[in-house]
Amino acid sequence: MIALLKRDLALAIRAGGGFGLALAFFLIVVTLTPFAVGPDSATLATIAAGILWLGALLSCLLSLDRILALDFEDGSLELLATAPIPLEGVATIKAFAHWLTTGLPLTLAAPVLGVLLHLPTDGFFWLTLSLAIGTPALSVIGTFGAALTVGLKRGGLLLSLIVLPLYVPTLIFGAEVARRGTQGMSADTPLALLAGITLATVALLPFASAAAIRINLR
Amino acid sequence: MSERLPKPTSLWEYANPRRFMALSGFLLPFVAVGTAAALLIGLIWGFFFTPDDYRQGSTVKIIYIHVPSAMVAINAWLMMLVASLIWLIRRHHVSALAAKAAAPVGATMTLIALATGAIWGQPMWGTWWAWDPRLTSFLVLFLFYLGYMALWAAIENDDTAAELTSVLCIVGSVFAVLSRYALVFWNQGLHQGASLSLDKEENVSDVFYWPLLFCLAGFVGFFILLILVRTRTEVRARRMKALQARERMA
Repeated sequence: MIALLKRDLALAIRAGGGFGLALAFFLIVVTLTPFAVGPDSATLATIAAGILWLGALLSCLLSLDRILALDFEDGSLELLATAPIPLEGVATIKAFAHWLTTGLPLTLAAPVLGVLLHLPTDGFFWLTLSLAIGTPALSVIGTFGAALTVGLKRGGLLLSLIVLPLYVPTLIFGAEVARRGTQGMSADTPLALLAGITLATVALLPFASAAAIRINLR
Repeated sequence: MSERLPKPTSLWEYANPRRFMALSGFLLPFVAVGTAAALLIGLIWGFFFTPDDYRQGSTVKIIYIHVPSAMVAINAWLMMLVASLIWLIRRHHVSALAAKAAAPVGATMTLIALATGAIWGQPMWGTWWAWDPRLTSFLVLFLFYLGYMALWAAIENDDTAAELTSVLCIVGSVFAVLSRYALVFWNQGLHQGASLSLDKEENVSDVFYWPLLFCLAGFVGFFILLILVRTRTEVRARRMKALQARERMA
């Protein structure tokens, strides 16, 4: 499993695209926001946390189809399915590799981009914390979406349509943590709920992903 | 279909497409007449023979479309969930086809509920739309329907499509419920609470209650009718495909 993780990480970093693309997209979304709503720093400060969460979510979406599509095309997914490690484990590792190459960099980049959007000082800690806790759920849910659409020729748009409604609870609680934290309110409750969603999806969704992969390989 | 089928001994035997077609063909006229009667009674009674509400005026009458369509919209998804589970567990093709048939109906009902709600909300709340948990969760439900239908449409192999949409339906159900409670947490509501419960002291007044019951029955009947017709169409489409395939082989 560790070998698989190393392989996926190496592929994501070396094969170009996936790794830097999500970060660049995140930067672009944040850059475009003031053009859309105006450069007024008070306005930007109130929406900064939400925009950063939305931007991270969309950037995450961008690289989802790479999780399984390349392995499906060259046949290594079939080898993985017949390998001694369970397919559920493969799905988990794939999601983890996706998180390490997109979720984690996005989390680290978010405070820097927060400066561009005049995020209030209190917000930095809560934004980073909520992204760190929430983005694993995004990767796991995304892996499920990728597993559903892996056999399709042009699954990209469909993948977004399927995955985005599933992102609703994570986004609500994640952005709520960042928003309450920014306004200096207690963010304990949404934080606990966000962590609950992440843990539950990490524990349960790989089974659904593996089932979907098996159906697609049949 | 000329030969007689032996008498069924269990409900599951209706999973046999031939039995399903026979039974649904037999039931269809009764459901259609019952639905038409309930809808006609409910709507005419509701629209013309109930008093205007003293505060809402005649806009209150939109309840006869809004509430039943909302109820069907939610229960259509529930039916899809049950049908998907039956397909995954017992592998009855009719079940998968019924789930497929229910999705567009459910999506349309969701849209009707949203649209009638907006038309009522404009004069009453002074706004077409508010980010109220109930309204928003219906919008999210609509998105779930869209994703489900898109997945059905995108996959060429029928069995693969049935399997994958079933998995999506089950996972989606969990997330739909989760979204519902997340939205309650997220924003305060503007929408009034339930007023049709059987166990509550305070319900909607009897003058509105009885025609509404007819409308609910009518909408449920209409849903069943559409599901039967659409499932029969799907079964026939499958048969045609099989016949064409056989012809090509010969």
